Amino acid sequence: MSKLENNQARTIDRVNATLNQRYGRERRFRRFGFFAVLLGLTFVGLMFLSIIGKGYSAFQQTRLLLDIEYTESVIDPSGERDPAVLSSANYAGLIKSTLRARYPEVKARKEKRELYGIVSNGASLVLRERVMANPDLIGSSEQLWLPADDDIDMLIKGHIDRSVPESERRIKDNVLAWIETLEADHKIEKFFNLTFLTGGDSREPELAGIGGAVMGSLYTLIVTLLLSFPIGVASAVYLEEFAPRNRWTDLVEVNINNLAAVPSIVFGLLGLAVFINFFGLPRSAPLVGGMVLTLMTLPTIIIASRAALKAVPPSIREAALGVGASKMQTVFHHVLPLAMPGMLTGTIIGMAQALGETAPLLMIGMVAFIVDIPGSAMDPSTVLPVQIFLWADSPERAFMEKTSAAIMVLLGFLIVMNVLAVILRKRFERRW
Amino acid sequence: MSNTLLIIILLGLMGLAYRLGVRRSQKLVGGPGGVRGLHSLPSYYGFFTALWCGLPALLVLLLWVSLQGGVIRDLVVSDLPEAVRALPEAQLGLVINDIQNLAQGNIVSGEVSPEMERASEHYKSLQQTSYAALFVVVLSLAIAGLSLGWKLISPTYRARNRVESAIKWLLVGCSTIAIFTTLGIVLSVLFESIRFFQIIPVSEFLFGLEWSPQMAIREDQVGSSGAFGVIPLFVGTLLIALIAMLVAVPIGLMSAIYLSEYAGSRFRAYAKPLLEILAGIPTVVYGFFAALTVAPFIRNNGELLGLDVSSESALAAGLVMGIMIIPFISSLSDDVINAVPQTMRDASLGIGATHSETVKKVILPAALPGIVGGILLAVSRAIGETMIVVMAAGLSANLTANPLQSVTTVTVQIVTLLVGDQEFDSPKTLAAFALGLLLFVVTLILNVVALRVVRKYREAYE
Amino acid sequence: MLSVTPNTAVGVTAPAGVFAAGFGPVVDESRAINGTVGDITATDPRMTARNVNVYYGDKLAINNVSLDIGKNEVVALIGPSGCGKSTFLRCLNRMNDTIDICRVEGEIKLDEQNIYDRSLDVVPLRAQVGIVFQKPNPFPKSIYDNVAYGPRIHGLTSNKSELDDIVEESLLKAGLWDEVKDRLEETGTGLSGGQQQRLCIARTIAVAPEVILMDEPCSALDPIATARVEELIDELREQYTIVIVTHSMQQAARVSQRTAYFHLGELVEVGKTDDIFTNPRHRLTEDYITGRFG
Repeated sequence: MSKLENNQARTIDRVNATLNQRYGRERRFRRFGFFAVLLGLTFVGLMFLSIIGKGYSAFQQTRLLLDIEYTESVIDPSGERDPAVLSSANYAGLIKSTLRARYPEVKARKEKRELYGIVSNGASLVLRERVMANPDLIGSSEQLWLPADDDIDMLIKGHIDRSVPESERRIKDNVLAWIETLEADHKIEKFFNLTFLTGGDSREPELAGIGGAVMGSLYTLIVTLLLSFPIGVASAVYLEEFAPRNRWTDLVEVNINNLAAVPSIVFGLLGLAVFINFFGLPRSAPLVGGMVLTLMTLPTIIIASRAALKAVPPSIREAALGVGASKMQTVFHHVLPLAMPGMLTGTIIGMAQALGETAPLLMIGMVAFIVDIPGSAMDPSTVLPVQIFLWADSPERAFMEKTSAAIMVLLGFLIVMNVLAVILRKRFERRW
Repeated sequence: MSNTLLIIILLGLMGLAYRLGVRRSQKLVGGPGGVRGLHSLPSYYGFFTALWCGLPALLVLLLWVSLQGGVIRDLVVSDLPEAVRALPEAQLGLVINDIQNLAQGNIVSGEVSPEMERASEHYKSLQQTSYAALFVVVLSLAIAGLSLGWKLISPTYRARNRVESAIKWLLVGCSTIAIFTTLGIVLSVLFESIRFFQIIPVSEFLFGLEWSPQMAIREDQVGSSGAFGVIPLFVGTLLIALIAMLVAVPIGLMSAIYLSEYAGSRFRAYAKPLLEILAGIPTVVYGFFAALTVAPFIRNNGELLGLDVSSESALAAGLVMGIMIIPFISSLSDDVINAVPQTMRDASLGIGATHSETVKKVILPAALPGIVGGILLAVSRAIGETMIVVMAAGLSANLTANPLQSVTTVTVQIVTLLVGDQEFDSPKTLAAFALGLLLFVVTLILNVVALRVVRKYREAYE
Repeated sequence: MLSVTPNTAVGVTAPAGVFAAGFGPVVDESRAINGTVGDITATDPRMTARNVNVYYGDKLAINNVSLDIGKNEVVALIGPSGCGKSTFLRCLNRMNDTIDICRVEGEIKLDEQNIYDRSLDVVPLRAQVGIVFQKPNPFPKSIYDNVAYGPRIHGLTSNKSELDDIVEESLLKAGLWDEVKDRLEETGTGLSGGQQQRLCIARTIAVAPEVILMDEPCSALDPIATARVEELIDELREQYTIVIVTHSMQQAARVSQRTAYFHLGELVEVGKTDDIFTNPRHRLTEDYITGRFG
């Protein structure tokens, strides 16, 4: 019996001897892998839960029902209804007198200030707008839902615990008592928070909105799209269809691949040094933001567009060249239209990247506190992710809610864009 | 803006040129019926004329607008009194700013001297002259170009080839933007860095062990001489990147292995896109999560264990950065694992290896170069990541390897130095660019090496 | 997916023209080809397959195949492309398990143990029934590590010198030792195609299996390398049972003792190799070996 035959006989015994151990390792390895996937999914879940849990309540706003008397002597003592006078009248005083009337027992100065504090500073603006729009209100009175202060808002939404001792609570016992009487009278309610979606930034959480940031993001994205799509497609067409294989082309390709991995903040430095300091373009403008993001998203778009062009089979090109079309006609009449869905998908993904980008925009001054909603790509503005960054830094509890809600809106936009890209890909996917 | 008006007029002229070109080419061969007699389609003659009309004019317009500011500035400066001209560069800049503001009717800081008044008048008149000249030059160039193009048209003229070569040059131009971007990055950070290194020696920057960029604003201020040693920043950056890798590499790699080798197709169909969601979440969201959820969580738990945890611990930032990088690692690993040919798997399984033995002893070693390349790319990403660390890591440059302490990173310092009020030319601002240069060089090296490794690996199996 | 069309059933004696018309891509369950011609049994069987059906999804790839593999014999599986011979081969050590949609019915026994039994473990099975693939697929490791891979994972050796012995012996048996003994640490992918395939054979026999399956082992090799591998198969027969799938009838004739002819998922004819090639009993076999299709 040779050694090998001997081995044959022994193989199975040897194999069986260690088999359990090996299967143990197999099971552990498999479990480890499953655990890793689970952990990854848990992180996704945790993030979404923590953000939605903190943010969903920002879409509601607490308001107080107050009896407002539009006293003529306060608003327009001269009775001329001059818009200048109307606009600068003491509307806050009207609210204060309403509050004093409701809680006549409040006498001390400090306590009065606390009482006035339950209504938002923005409430007087509401009154002003109403009076300016309809001066006939002067002299009459009406019941009006006015926004509450952010601390009251937090209390009503349950973010402030009423059961803890007064010293550890942001809201003092006397204020709590007033709120409880309002609650008993059903004069404090939560409403859908339109201000949050349409308003500009504000130092007061209850008045702050993402409207300005959304418009800023929109202008920035439009600039980015208008620049990066044509340039990206043109570069891809050149590199894929026309470029000779030489050192120059290689250099361009290496550059594009490297740019795709350059940290985004470096693009911000470029924007600051070149666009702002050298060319003297305005700081904080969506135009400059769009230009910086263009440079950042170009590699993504070029790489995706080249892949789309590569997917068009050579037979199409040969067919067009065969009937006497020029190279340029072939590309623009046949190849480009066929590659367009893939290019658009890549562009949407690039735009989604640009929409979520923050760091380079900090460099070019889009972090300023800007109340006005921008009206053009040259106006100073901020963008949604930067707004999130700014709010995340604010100490007020109410801003945490707003930040989370702004994140929800941002993620909403991103999800829509990605779904769009997926649909586009599915719809026009073509197998040759 | 008059430039906008000029461009609109120019576009109108180009439209007209197109029509004229088409008309003329048709007329030369006796109406639309004779198009066969032309070398190119009439529309190409149209485009050809329009290009002649628009292109030179647009180029001059661009050149003019980009040079105008500097020329006017120099002219104004040369007219300023000697005393003002002798001012240092930075102060002169302020004066010119004031003059510009005055000319535009904006509010000016400080009092307006008669000289300033005169200078701003001068500035205004120069600007108006410049605009008028620009108008005349551009429009006459456009018309000259139009007539030249129109003249060139003849039935045998190869208009299509000309138009196509113009388009081709346009495409070439677009493709060079990548190179200009790289060049722009290098030049912009390099110039400012060189100015920085004239104040702070390179050796002190690279090997200094202390970082506190607060320079004294007044001479008599105490205790803030400014130190620009980059080592603590680098250590902080690497510490956070290391934590991130410790989280991301095992989880990313193992989930890629599980999803591509073990998971059923249904599980994979749901789990993979869900994991990829992590890649689409903006970094600012991760930053918020790190600062408001993870950091307090780690701090509270650390306290329960009796540990002294900073509220801006490197651990929190690194952990969340790791989560961000998971999908990056897992999709890259997925690619390289799938690139290992099926025949390798068959060979190993055919000999009687278990699945995990096949993965560990055949697939991973074969995929190793690709995975290493992917990890290098991920490290470069972690080093360059900004928002998470800006929001969750600290500002004080501690030279420590303790993940529970607060450290700062290169990107955090760039942001803090450049956001908010900045004095130009102060070493503080310039330091940000020096840091930018450092960041760019380090990530560039990592990227080049990683891309080369990945490409080599791909070629090996193609 | 199966179309039952008894009317188009074609008998054994039907002329070739009718055949061409009658053969769709789908195996006809009415058994146009009736049973298997010849003796499917072996005197001293090591593996026995009975009524094996294999499905890829809904598609039937192997239809009711029964075949014995005898001890120390070489069985060649021949037939036109897509006839299921490779599929059948891969059933013998359950390599088809790696294909999700593949489903096997029937019974395959190795030494009286049904290998498709739920309780059976594929790891020891594959240690007993090794396989060599069509394309040489050495691991991107050193030559030594390639051969040592099996013994290592199965824990066949207790020390380094034992492992060295196995590696040397396996390389000797595969006829590769003299060519590589001085460069065992070089990577296996650097060898020539024929050397790579012999390395793969060495890797398989290092585990000391009882049966070696070979799936067209020479199709990627040049004639000289092919001759070398064929010689090797002949030498290996003394100790192993070998099943070889081949496209080349000459190869089947040269190396095998028994030959099985597959056609569209059916086992048409089995017999002593000499008989099959000199005196085929089934019309399809005759057409194939005389080169009328294939």
